[in-house]
Amino acid sequence: MESSVVNPRPRLLAPAPGARRRKAVNRGMEVLCTIAALLAVAVLLLVVISVLIKGAPAINLDFLTKNPVPFGQTGGGIADSIVGSAILIGLATLMSVPVGILIAIYTTEFARPAVSTVIRFCLDILNGVPTIVVGVFIFGLLVLGGAQSGWAGAVALAAVELPIVARSAQEVLELVPGSLREAALALGLKRWRVVLRIVIPTAAGGLITGAVLGVARVAGETAPLLFTSSIFSNFGLTTNPAQAMPNIPVTIFTLSESPSPQDHAQAWAAALVLILFVLLLSVTARTFHERSRSKLRS
Amino acid sequence: MSATAPAAPRPFEAHVKLVDRIGEPLLRILSALAGLLAVVLLVWIAETMFDQASPAISRFGIGFVGSQVWDPVHNNFGALDFIYGTLVSSFVALLIATPTAIAISIYLTELAPRIVRRPVAILVELLAAIPSVILGLWGIIILGPFLGNHLEPFLHSFLGWIPLFAGTPSPFGMLSAALILTIMALPIVTSITREVFQTTPAELKEGAYALGATRWEMVRTAVLPVARPGIVGAVILGLGRALGEAIAVTQVIGNATQIKASLFAPAGTLAAQIASEYQSANPGLGQASLIYLAAILLVISVIVNVVARLIVRRSKVS
Repeated sequence: MESSVVNPRPRLLAPAPGARRRKAVNRGMEVLCTIAALLAVAVLLLVVISVLIKGAPAINLDFLTKNPVPFGQTGGGIADSIVGSAILIGLATLMSVPVGILIAIYTTEFARPAVSTVIRFCLDILNGVPTIVVGVFIFGLLVLGGAQSGWAGAVALAAVELPIVARSAQEVLELVPGSLREAALALGLKRWRVVLRIVIPTAAGGLITGAVLGVARVAGETAPLLFTSSIFSNFGLTTNPAQAMPNIPVTIFTLSESPSPQDHAQAWAAALVLILFVLLLSVTARTFHERSRSKLRS
Repeated sequence: MSATAPAAPRPFEAHVKLVDRIGEPLLRILSALAGLLAVVLLVWIAETMFDQASPAISRFGIGFVGSQVWDPVHNNFGALDFIYGTLVSSFVALLIATPTAIAISIYLTELAPRIVRRPVAILVELLAAIPSVILGLWGIIILGPFLGNHLEPFLHSFLGWIPLFAGTPSPFGMLSAALILTIMALPIVTSITREVFQTTPAELKEGAYALGATRWEMVRTAVLPVARPGIVGAVILGLGRALGEAIAVTQVIGNATQIKASLFAPAGTLAAQIASEYQSANPGLGQASLIYLAAILLVISVIVNVVARLIVRRSKVS
């Protein structure tokens, strides 16, 4: 402010020293942050568009309805993998969703706060266990000494899905207003009836979207299946979970490791099928997720 | 609730009570068992892992961790190459993902117009929904060749004097793996960082603005210091994700058993090694050593996740 003494006409609202530099730094940082966000969205689009462009040419009715052909022949499809994946995911979901919801019921309705904290913590840690380790775990439990099977694959996927479903179910049940429970209890209903007839129906939307998110997550899992359902005695469609079942992720994995461009084309096409399924589930579940939650909150 | 039939209340009530007498404890017990399973599962995984690995554990002991050989022919195994690969690839990934995630979170909480906030946040989170095997396929066919033919020669010509960027560029190697892991860790770190940023007290922000701070100065002096513990937790959580990724990494890292300073050189990680040898490991010591790797990976990821959760939880409470 020394200059104001010299200056015959003092400017009362003179910009502070370094204002230009500070404005420039601010502008620069704003631009960098915007670029970072654009970059992340660009990577998503890049991957999805690559899969679309490279996968679309190989997609036709035969690809979706025919089984793979022996090595060296052209044509063939992934019907066996689609059926296998559907069965594996279906079984895994049938196992993990009821158990996951039961865990959520226990922690929100019955358990003491300290106990629920421990269980919640364990679920978070379980969620962080690498899926390949889960695969090795089920391998040691069910495959070693026997053979790979659809059951082993489904159990491995269920172990991955369980903490996801349980945690999201828990968050939804916690959003159910306590006043609803108290009202029902005050009318003389027993606790289990309150849970089954008031809490669960109120939270149903959220529970379903949580389960769908779990399905979307395990649909693309390869690692748990590598040790449990990846070695097939004979390629071809099977609906028997006692045998190892071909499935889309492992098919993409083995095709992608092959040097043949023809296999790569098939891998892209299978990737297109998988990514459409997963993104469709994720987007719808996310949309409904917000809606069902805000409904509970209001 | 057609339960209120006043004509004959007695027998009906008795009936209800019988159902209640079974149903109430049944749900309590079933749900408690399910809750117990969550705790038991964790112990069970660890127990199975160490049990199956015991031939390798008793043969190589803790020295396995520090040994660099991986020789299936002579049945001699060690984990150091893979521990190194795991740590370096994840570290590089987080080195790139952390500033990017912070920048995206600043954009999403402070800069973006209200209408685009939710869509952009959802798009970034969808990045986590891409199956890893597809990201790996994209890495093999599109990212890898781009790195090997363009980015790595470019880095090499400018920074080749640094050992990290010495060596021959190649589509498969540590850098490819680290970039794929960056893409996988980014959405996790971003979503937690964004949540933490949203909890910055409005008075702090307004105070900074009132003192004449620019937007960046406000972020630097009000948002970032408050969010620091949360950011640390988010980064460690992202690290946990990156450490354990098997499929995408095994597709692009080149699966070599070596330790090279160069980021262009092929390497291996714990998870990738398990995934790449799943069929070829011979039963016995080879398999047990592979499971030993899984046990080490389990221990590392449990430690990392426990630390991250504790930090995230504490920062949310305060």
